[in-house]
Amino acid sequence: MTALLQVETLAKSYAGVHAVKNVSFALSAGEILALIGPNGAGKSTCFNMLNGQIRPDAGSIRIAGENIVGLPPRAVWRRGVGRTFQITATFSSMTVRENVQMALLSYHRRLWAVLGYAGASHRDEADRLLDLVGMLQQAGRPCGELAYGDLKRLELAVALANQPRLLLMDEPTAGMAPKERVELMRLTTDIARRKKIAVLFTEHDMDVVFEHADEVMVLNRGELVTRGTPQQVRADPHVQAIYLGEGLLYDAKHRAEATP
Amino acid sequence: MKLEVAELNSFYGPAHILFDVGFAVGDGEVVAMLGRNGAGKSTTFRTIMGLVSRRAGLVKFEGDEITRLPSYEIVRRGLGYVPEDRRIFSELTVEENFEVGRQKPRPGAAAWTPDRIYKLFPNLGEMRRRLGGDMSGGEQQMLSIGRTLMGNPSLVLLDEPSEGLAPKIVEQMAGAILAMKREGLSIVISEQNLHFAKLICDRAYIIEKGRIRFSGTIDELEAHPEIRDAYLAV
Amino acid sequence: MELLFVQALSGLASAASLFLVASGLSIIFGVTRIVNFAHGAFYMLGAYVAYTLTSRFAGPLGFWGGLLVASLIVAALGALMEMVLLRRIYQAPELFQLLATFGVTLMVQDLVVVIWGADDLLGPRAPGFTGAFSLFGRNIPTYDLLLIALGPAVLGLLWLLFHRTRWGVLVRAATQDRDMVACLGVNQKWLFTSVFALGVFLAALGGALQIPRTTVTHYMDLSIIVEVFVVVVIGGLGSVTGAFVAAVLVSELNALGILALPKISLVAVFLVMAVVLVVRPFGLFGKAERAPRSSAGTSFRPWKPMTSIERIGVALIVALAALLPLFAGNYALSVGSEILVFVLFAASLHFMMTVGGLASFGHAAYFGLGAYGAAFAIKFLGAPMGVALLIGPLFGLAGAVISGWFCVRLSGVYFAMLTLAFAQIIWSVAFQWVEVTGGDNGILGIWPSRWASSPEGFFWLTLAIVAVSVALLRVLVFSPFGFGLRATRDNTLRADAIGIDRKSVQWAAFIVSGTFAGLAGALFAFLKGSVFPETLGIPISVDGLVMVLLGGIETVSGAVVGAIFYKALAIWLMSQTDLSKLVLGAIIVLLVVASPKGIVGFIEQIRHRRPPSPNGAGSSAARADASDALGIAKMKVAE
Repeated sequence: MTALLQVETLAKSYAGVHAVKNVSFALSAGEILALIGPNGAGKSTCFNMLNGQIRPDAGSIRIAGENIVGLPPRAVWRRGVGRTFQITATFSSMTVRENVQMALLSYHRRLWAVLGYAGASHRDEADRLLDLVGMLQQAGRPCGELAYGDLKRLELAVALANQPRLLLMDEPTAGMAPKERVELMRLTTDIARRKKIAVLFTEHDMDVVFEHADEVMVLNRGELVTRGTPQQVRADPHVQAIYLGEGLLYDAKHRAEATP
Repeated sequence: MKLEVAELNSFYGPAHILFDVGFAVGDGEVVAMLGRNGAGKSTTFRTIMGLVSRRAGLVKFEGDEITRLPSYEIVRRGLGYVPEDRRIFSELTVEENFEVGRQKPRPGAAAWTPDRIYKLFPNLGEMRRRLGGDMSGGEQQMLSIGRTLMGNPSLVLLDEPSEGLAPKIVEQMAGAILAMKREGLSIVISEQNLHFAKLICDRAYIIEKGRIRFSGTIDELEAHPEIRDAYLAV
Repeated sequence: MELLFVQALSGLASAASLFLVASGLSIIFGVTRIVNFAHGAFYMLGAYVAYTLTSRFAGPLGFWGGLLVASLIVAALGALMEMVLLRRIYQAPELFQLLATFGVTLMVQDLVVVIWGADDLLGPRAPGFTGAFSLFGRNIPTYDLLLIALGPAVLGLLWLLFHRTRWGVLVRAATQDRDMVACLGVNQKWLFTSVFALGVFLAALGGALQIPRTTVTHYMDLSIIVEVFVVVVIGGLGSVTGAFVAAVLVSELNALGILALPKISLVAVFLVMAVVLVVRPFGLFGKAERAPRSSAGTSFRPWKPMTSIERIGVALIVALAALLPLFAGNYALSVGSEILVFVLFAASLHFMMTVGGLASFGHAAYFGLGAYGAAFAIKFLGAPMGVALLIGPLFGLAGAVISGWFCVRLSGVYFAMLTLAFAQIIWSVAFQWVEVTGGDNGILGIWPSRWASSPEGFFWLTLAIVAVSVALLRVLVFSPFGFGLRATRDNTLRADAIGIDRKSVQWAAFIVSGTFAGLAGALFAFLKGSVFPETLGIPISVDGLVMVLLGGIETVSGAVVGAIFYKALAIWLMSQTDLSKLVLGAIIVLLVVASPKGIVGFIEQIRHRRPPSPNGAGSSAARADASDALGIAKMKVAE
């Protein structure tokens, strides 16, 4: 079986400095992959290339066999790539439900309709998505009123509106309390496994990474250093030296597992 | 007491955000303000700094009331503030960033100079002429702290210094904060990462829904997991 | 060849004043984020005060002392304006600040006439620089040489000031993040005031230096402000070097353009500006703008369609308006028709600004195109009014198709300034292409068909067209297209990530808006019976902005109320006082200070005022986060 996402020798440089070089990896449906690395290692550049915001200098990105390099973000989205942002990006003048309806209107190609009340369209479908992420109770609230964790869940619902095959999540739990982190990631992995969605996420909270990722990829100075299971990556002395440090900042149980 | 806060209330528009928040920081102490996102940690700092216009209560710094002073005056009295998101001046060099933060030295204490800050954060010393915008997240956080130190504060409010940084950088940051403590600085850190707080703090407060729910040493907090679970939801 | 060289020298001399004024505007914008429309007024005041000091009180100060003291006096006036007016509105949306400074401009225009009279004034020559020297058989004033040397000298001084002094470093820091500077112990208020005073000083000096070269007039403010906008946009807002290069470029284009293409010399400058902005959207030396605190029109209370009761209410109001001819005289009816025309004009601009977040400074272009389109249909085709009322909007549509394609590549202040540039291009064409447009003399004799020629008939026709058009625009707001447009306004990143093609959606909105403005313009042509280049002018564009902002930018249909209020007030003032601009300006300033949400926004605010409750906490916290002093990007919400 070919992988859902196949990245080959991806490269990007700014003013002669390599931000990302020679990055290749594959991701199959239903798999949860974490991308970690020091600040400035090229994680964001990688993400922005995957969803079409930045055009790579070289390499290919294939979604189910189709090369998407050179397509704008909206065309990448049409091919089934959903995205959540590190700082939540929602439409602040709309209600929670309207945010999802907006994504659905786009998905059903009704953006150019000039008649009819948009607030009445795709309502049931929007409510189903909101129910999926546990936000149905708050559907009528202005999204500017939401608590931060709820905004993150709304983003997830919006990202699911186009029936994605691949979900890109940039630091999905940044700024959340530990319990909210666990809940959001459980919800995400649960949905991903059920709907066979591949998930690629970046994260600095190692508790989240080691708990929820099937595999972990480490990026340093624009290059892939290693890829493996959480246990393997945790125990890798090179990864400890460049990124994990002495391991004072994640749960003892992960440290205990790491020392054989 | 270095800093005493009593019955602090603040409002955003019609919304009541902080409810009678009170805490105190002693000379040379490192205190953690723990709480979930939106619990009121940042708002507490911003209210102390005079950045929230509707506020009530009492803030005493080194014995003087500063509740009603404008932000710049509070800073000049020696209360430094490092906001979340670093907010460095991206088009100014490292040295120019320091210049913006520079204030008169405090009597009886050695003035912070760029050279002293480079000793604290050796990375920065290698990039004095680099623009703030060309630095990595970790370096920007160091620059942001250094810039505040240039104001020669005797107490620093650090808002989520570990947020979004690699574990290894956070460990370095912990080392630097302990070094600042050795210099005699009092420090208040707002934090979600309990692991990080344990490394550096003497005491902790837990804030939840705008109210202080716990006050005690880190050891006491460790000894009462039920408190931790109730308010921090680890 | 010699002629070219001499013209080029003269262009360089003109560049000096332009650079002074533009650098002042740029510096002020950099720190305060205010596009100071009153900058032209300060330039003019600089010239007037310098005239008085050098011609009447020349004794103690001398000529040069007079120029310097004049500039300092005007700088003090600028500082005063910053302290009593702008300090109150720094937290308001950028457009309101523009509106307030525009109000000041209006007031100064009348005040200048009151103090110095309406006649042009001729100042003294500069002592020591009265002569000329001969080059290639042509005379070049020595004063020009002084000005040519002055530009680079001021540029150098400003560079030293910003890079070698603590004040300069603080100003550059504040340019990026003014609130952070306050958190580092800097008294932001005085930093802002000093920057404002410096900027105004430069503008006033630019004006004062003009008195040996040209006469001092009471309309020199508007002509310089447009040129200065062009300069700072080409150079890049906030860049002093950019202002210098662009001032030279624009002055040379003007000086040499007259030789090469006398007919379209005005157009050349604006074309260069359009090209620069499309190639480098932030100007030659500009840097990408940080995301604005909140774009125009962003509201935090979701919009809802009208309830049936509200619909009946609106229908009743329209019906009442239709009864007006039964008891009003001809004059009142023509005033009523004019107000209605501007209701449609404002509503069309409102659609772009509020729903699309696209603030146009040049909306008069499409209004005027509609008027000229209708006039051409009558004059060249002999078409009946019905056809002309179709051709007018088509002109507006065509203009919007072309300029919109360029404009939607930009955003924020740059978008606004490019729309202004396009409006000025179209205005210059109308002004200079005398064979077709009649130039300054306009096109006369555009009267309605007989069935609509009575004041009552025309009023009813206008009311019907305007009511239907405004209703159509409202339907559009709530349609999927309107939702998509709001999505691009609320969050470009997210809109792009859910498959919305921002540029196409905004371009379409631009075209819709231009078409309805064209329709309003066509009606206006028939109302007045004539068309002049003024229908394309800046004052009409600004009228539109004022109406929208007065009505309330966060509302669905506030522009209707704003238009009625503003137009009625303007017409009434015009009939009551000679100082209508002074009064109007003062009213605008007062309204901005009293209610930055506009009339309808103010009413809604009262309607929706809720008692403080824990449930309400989230909403207002988020709002405060977006707009309060620190403006932290992350919306962290107290729950």
